[in-house]
Amino acid sequence: MPEQLLFAMEVTLNGLMAGVLYALVALGFVLIFKASGIFNFAQGMLVVFAAMTLVGVQQGQVPFAHLINTIFGTKVHDFGWTVPTFLAIIVAGAAMVFVAWIIEKYILHHLVGQPDIILFMATIGMWYFMHGFAPLMWGSEVMKLDVGLAQGLNDPVLNATEALFGYGFFLDNLDIVAAVIAAILVASLVLFSQYTKQGRAMRAVADDHQAALSVGISLRFIWVLVWSLAGVVALVAGIMWGSKSGVQISLAEVALKALPVLMLGGCTSIPGAIIGGLIIGVGEQLFEFAIGPLVGGATQAWFAYVLALIFLIFRPQGLFGEKIIERV
Amino acid sequence: MFYREAGDFKTSYREDNQTFPIRLDRAGYWIALIVAFLVIPFFVNDYWVNAVFAPFFIYAIAALGLNILTGYAGQVSLGTGGFMAVGAYSVYKLMVAFPDVSIVFHVLIAGGITAVVGVAFGLPSMRIKGFYLAVATLAAQFFLVWLFNKVAWFYNYSASGQINAPERTVLGVIVTGPNTEAWAKYLISLVFLVAAAWFARNLTRGMTGRKWMGIRDMDIAAEIIGVNPLMAKMSAFAVSSFLVGVSGALFFAVYLGAAEAGESFGITKSFLILFMVIIGGLGSIFGSFAGAAFMVLMPVLLKNVLVGVLGWPTALAAELEFIIVGALIVIFLILEPHGLAQLWRLTKEKLRLWPFPH
Repeated sequence: MPEQLLFAMEVTLNGLMAGVLYALVALGFVLIFKASGIFNFAQGMLVVFAAMTLVGVQQGQVPFAHLINTIFGTKVHDFGWTVPTFLAIIVAGAAMVFVAWIIEKYILHHLVGQPDIILFMATIGMWYFMHGFAPLMWGSEVMKLDVGLAQGLNDPVLNATEALFGYGFFLDNLDIVAAVIAAILVASLVLFSQYTKQGRAMRAVADDHQAALSVGISLRFIWVLVWSLAGVVALVAGIMWGSKSGVQISLAEVALKALPVLMLGGCTSIPGAIIGGLIIGVGEQLFEFAIGPLVGGATQAWFAYVLALIFLIFRPQGLFGEKIIERV
Repeated sequence: MFYREAGDFKTSYREDNQTFPIRLDRAGYWIALIVAFLVIPFFVNDYWVNAVFAPFFIYAIAALGLNILTGYAGQVSLGTGGFMAVGAYSVYKLMVAFPDVSIVFHVLIAGGITAVVGVAFGLPSMRIKGFYLAVATLAAQFFLVWLFNKVAWFYNYSASGQINAPERTVLGVIVTGPNTEAWAKYLISLVFLVAAAWFARNLTRGMTGRKWMGIRDMDIAAEIIGVNPLMAKMSAFAVSSFLVGVSGALFFAVYLGAAEAGESFGITKSFLILFMVIIGGLGSIFGSFAGAAFMVLMPVLLKNVLVGVLGWPTALAAELEFIIVGALIVIFLILEPHGLAQLWRLTKEKLRLWPFPH
């Protein structure tokens, strides 16, 4: 096979892997949107916050160390212990559940029945709040996240493709792990929503708030549950993303790319989020590979958004979204 | 006792429909204008203009523009930073290409160019709405900033990738470039702001504004009673982008003097302007002013108190600023979705009844 084609195939594969990461963030959006109709702009920031909390707990950092030192003139930085990874993940997960509870109690609860766009803007406010809160709590330098996932080049793939095409594909072990974990996560989410009592309640709320209320489902509980699930998904995405490129606040802007992913796939569909993520991951890599050099490169910055924009003109509800019906 | 309509007899429709129906308001308006134009310019120094007045005036123009789109026509946009960049880069190209033409025309033409770009990116609003549109406008934000960073023609192939405002004059007074005096910067921004506010106010209370508000409240219903949604939405995008472009042009030429697309017109700028509109009050001219003033003054105040008085590091103050702004957005949306403008309205209503509350 010609070299160029093989190279394009490698780019496609890497794009698929990047797409999995977008899909993981988009998954959190979909969960919340389905259950509460809230378009959660802050999901990317939740990812960063989750990852930062994980690293902070793992390395035994003192929360708000910077603030405490400034106010009291002390020099605390960390507790001097490191927490085992497994325990740290549980603590970070618990922290995300706590965040979910706070958000429901102090924000969403007061905004019930407001127009969607007001809720959307409230989540932008949350994004901004956490943009300051996360570094205030855990410091603003780039944190290294290491939870013991396999990293580096995948030799079996390299060797196998070398033998087959005479050209070795470079694939990162981490990306493969991410793809596997994402698959497990989606499968368990589907099982949860299909076969448990809470899952059924969640689907009922997604279908019709009032009908769900009238059969005795607690809306507040479901919302906390959904935001917690989204927080846990954010934690998983944060682990993957953080292991790949370190944890810092600018990650949230990359995670914004989950928004076009979501719109491409349709806001209400979990498979849509996955497929949208893959399309955008592959599309932006191939576009950069084929067209990028002609126009100056770095097209990843906007390709996803423009693709979603053009796509939405022809199909406003996305690939798998429910048809939008409007009445006066 | 004094703040009411009583005794102020109106004998024509024109008087009946004026912007300030209460005599005290009218007096206040004229006094504010006189103070702003004839008193403050003699006292301002560089610090006040650069820290407070120039950013306030210029952001207020952008907030007026976004308020027309979001507050009046109901189309949320997160691309304001990108559109400001269009204004800035067009005015730069114009200033360099036609040095003999007055900068005032350059700024206005830059606004016109931005309006065209805004309409192009606003076309999808025919098909998509609400937060879908908000995300779609992100495409404008990221694409435009990328364009101005990567295509060297826009920054005239300068090595640093920056654009620098050359020195230009209005009526013999230097208004751009490093040699601009404080009062000149102040006055040129103020003139544009007053013109923009007058334009926006008169547009929004007429036929066009009513059409926009109809689209905002319910677009299908508005269409049924005869509002052409294409024209209404596109005109909202055009007018809004025009004002945002003018603001971007002034922001670069008068206030910053040198700019780089990613840094000066990034997505944070889009958020900043959106927050001005939310905190100030959606669908209110006064709100745009109040929001811009608030978002310009708050960081200055915070910085002076935390860094200047308490001696905290700037990074910490910046993080606290994010927290406070974010919290305020949420608090405003919960307690007073109509923003500072509504608080002002309520105060005036109370004042009108005082001291007899019934």
